[in-house]
Amino acid sequence: MARKQDDLGVLVGLVSGLLACARDTVNPRHRTKTYLRSRTVSHLAWVGADSLAIVSIIAACVGIILALQAAIQLEKVGAMSYVANLVGYSLVTELGPLLTCLILSGRAGAAFTAEIATMQINEEVDALTVMGIEPVRFLIWPKFVALGLMAPLLSLWADAVGITAGGVFAALALGLSGTVYFEQTAYFLTMRDVLSGLVKAAGFGVAITVVSCWQGLLAREGAADVGRRTTSAVVQSIFVMILLDLFFTALNYSFR
Amino acid sequence: MTGRLESPDIALTDVSVGYGDRVVLSGITTVLPGGKVSVILGGSGCGKSTLLRNIIGLVPIQSGRIVLGGRDMEHLSPEDRLDTRRRMGVLFQDGALLGSLRLGENIALPLREHTELTNSLIEEVVGMKLKLVGLADFTDYFPSELSGGMRKRAGLARAMALDPAVLLCDEPTSGLDPITAADMDQLILELRTTFDMTIVVVTHDLQSLTAIADHVVVLSEGKMLFEGSLPELTACDDPFIRQFLARQPNRESRILGENWATMIEKRRDLSAGRP
Repeated sequence: MARKQDDLGVLVGLVSGLLACARDTVNPRHRTKTYLRSRTVSHLAWVGADSLAIVSIIAACVGIILALQAAIQLEKVGAMSYVANLVGYSLVTELGPLLTCLILSGRAGAAFTAEIATMQINEEVDALTVMGIEPVRFLIWPKFVALGLMAPLLSLWADAVGITAGGVFAALALGLSGTVYFEQTAYFLTMRDVLSGLVKAAGFGVAITVVSCWQGLLAREGAADVGRRTTSAVVQSIFVMILLDLFFTALNYSFR
Repeated sequence: MTGRLESPDIALTDVSVGYGDRVVLSGITTVLPGGKVSVILGGSGCGKSTLLRNIIGLVPIQSGRIVLGGRDMEHLSPEDRLDTRRRMGVLFQDGALLGSLRLGENIALPLREHTELTNSLIEEVVGMKLKLVGLADFTDYFPSELSGGMRKRAGLARAMALDPAVLLCDEPTSGLDPITAADMDQLILELRTTFDMTIVVVTHDLQSLTAIADHVVVLSEGKMLFEGSLPELTACDDPFIRQFLARQPNRESRILGENWATMIEKRRDLSAGRP
């Protein structure tokens, strides 16, 4: 019981630390030290650029899968041109952000947990505290910014790749006109759909960072704990993401 | 700002130490004298590392008071706490260097955070500190590329980065071969002679104890057993301290029986070249 309370205390400390960092970032009088800024940039590059290939491949596959699934059903009612709507809408509002962030939680989130857990066990986190460097500001804030920015950007990219792949596939294999497909997509998709997807992605990114870094900070002893923490970080991130997804989708539905 | 922070005394008054509900140490009252090397001695798991973490302020003490140069460590304003931290250098057991940064960057970190020095000046200071511990040629190495002894020395260089008034070392010689361990002792003594610092060393290394200690605190079974100078320690007739200093085992060997002590004696004579 005391352990659970301690764990929650760590979470509260983490979140309030992140809020303090956010406040300092907005505060024009506060100057971030250059060495901290360069850490954020390197995290942005690592999370963003290095995830591009895997996100692209998965998005393309999902675009094609959606086009195929839609075609099977829409063929029966003779509404093949609506393949574009289905592919576009499901990708932009749901699957683009969700799949991107699933990849990010496995790739970046797990790496965050393992890194912080190892540092915690090697007393590196304590060393930072003793040096008067807040671990949250030094270790976690750059990750938070990187995922919070990169999750929406990568989702946008995944949307584009998925829609294009679906369109090319529909034109080549399903006998649809490519022009019609893209016109249909452009006509039916609203800015609101795209934005709702991006908001979701940003929320997922934030959730992944908080959960992963929290689990990392909780690591206590030995290599086995690093593994255990990494596993729970990924599982909990996915769980929180699905809950958030439900919440955002319901919110979007009730305010349309 | 209150209190003198040039090699301050560290005064512990009735300090209790523990995790959660478990009390590991209680009733510790002592003064670790300023400008000297104090050694906290005790068996494995006696809570000596935890006591060190208390003095650093990483773990809140359960009761009592720790006063560092007139500052009560429990009741500090955030500014004073940061200021106190800046004046404390800590050497962790395995150095605790950040694995993702090169050695030079590790040492530069406290300087970048707490000073407005230019990059070239920081590089110069880093070079100086690394030279101090004999690692000047390893600036661009990652901590994982160094040996355990080098990592500890590098940790010492980082602890010294801001010219602290207090240096706290957690088992600086554990896991090192005799020569490297002696190097480490020598380094600590050099630092004490060169800089005006209060040094606190937690250890169970007897040779290191005799080499560096000005003041000794012995912990055992949750209490402070002894406090005083090195000659007083060797003259002390407490059974635990006698056993500890003579490096005698706790359990009786059923296999070696009574002959154990004579066997060890013979081996010592042999290695000393006596018949």
